Amino acid sequence: MSFNIDEYYDKLKNGDVVMSYKGSITTEVINNTLELIESKLDVGEEGGKIKKKIYNVLVESLQNLYHHGDDLPEDMRSVMEPKFGVMAISKFGNGYKITTGNFINSSKIKFLKDKIDKINSLSEEELKDMYKFILNHQKLSAKGGGGLGLVDIARKTGNKLEYNFLNYNNEYYFFNLNITIT
Amino acid sequence: MEPLLIEGTPKTPSIRFESDQGLIEIKGRSIPENSIEFYKPLVDWLEKYSETPGALTKVNIQLEYFNTSSSKCILDVFKKLEAIHKAKHEVIINWYYEEDDEDMLEAGEDYESIIRVPFKMIEIVD
Repeated sequence: MSFNIDEYYDKLKNGDVVMSYKGSITTEVINNTLELIESKLDVGEEGGKIKKKIYNVLVESLQNLYHHGDDLPEDMRSVMEPKFGVMAISKFGNGYKITTGNFINSSKIKFLKDKIDKINSLSEEELKDMYKFILNHQKLSAKGGGGLGLVDIARKTGNKLEYNFLNYNNEYYFFNLNITIT
Repeated sequence: MEPLLIEGTPKTPSIRFESDQGLIEIKGRSIPENSIEFYKPLVDWLEKYSETPGALTKVNIQLEYFNTSSSKCILDVFKKLEAIHKAKHEVIINWYYEEDDEDMLEAGEDYESIIRVPFKMIEIVD
């Protein structure tokens, strides 16, 4: 059965969800989300350390959606807003889980999969070297992305990135990413 | 030359660049979606400053958060400072981080290992 965005989002909202969002990832949405999560974490009992990590990871994952959410399947372009993405933050055991999702053209899957698999295979020290290498050698794209977001997320959380690609049609998949912060 | 003074916002840091005091200060949060726009005037200012820098340039970096888009622009700022240092003018970068913020300390150490300018890591204790 092919991927259904509403079913996916409904499932995402199961569990101990702190906040969730589905729609256009604009600068305004990012600002509001960050402000909201900051005030929610402030009243919680979380220590400063995990709070900062959640905030950092949220910035990177929302901005990844912002930079990469423009590519929508043809039948969705008329019904969905541009820069479409999904995100949810939920409590998960002793920590938090941040889930993001966006459509991706199947031609880009290999590049992304290879990148995440590579990140997941590296030790803490190797991740640090990879981060520094990209920082020092890769130019920022016109959009302001630098290919560092996922590396930074892996480094800050110290956890493996969990992901899958859900088939939508011949040309498009939905990229689901789970980040745990403990 | 004219100082460069920019007030902070929830997503961009406050800036205080003063040539007559040899002071370069970046404080606050740096998490814009596209950081190039924000950092371009800073790099341009430093380019000009590097023509006639002070005997000592004191750099204070005190960031609460910065995103990966900013991290490259911050490196560009540091590269300008490195050129000043290389031209035999004294430059010191004070990298401030909040108590227990190991990620921010590590970020400073990353820059320290790339840029050939003396760094001082300073923990802010309330």
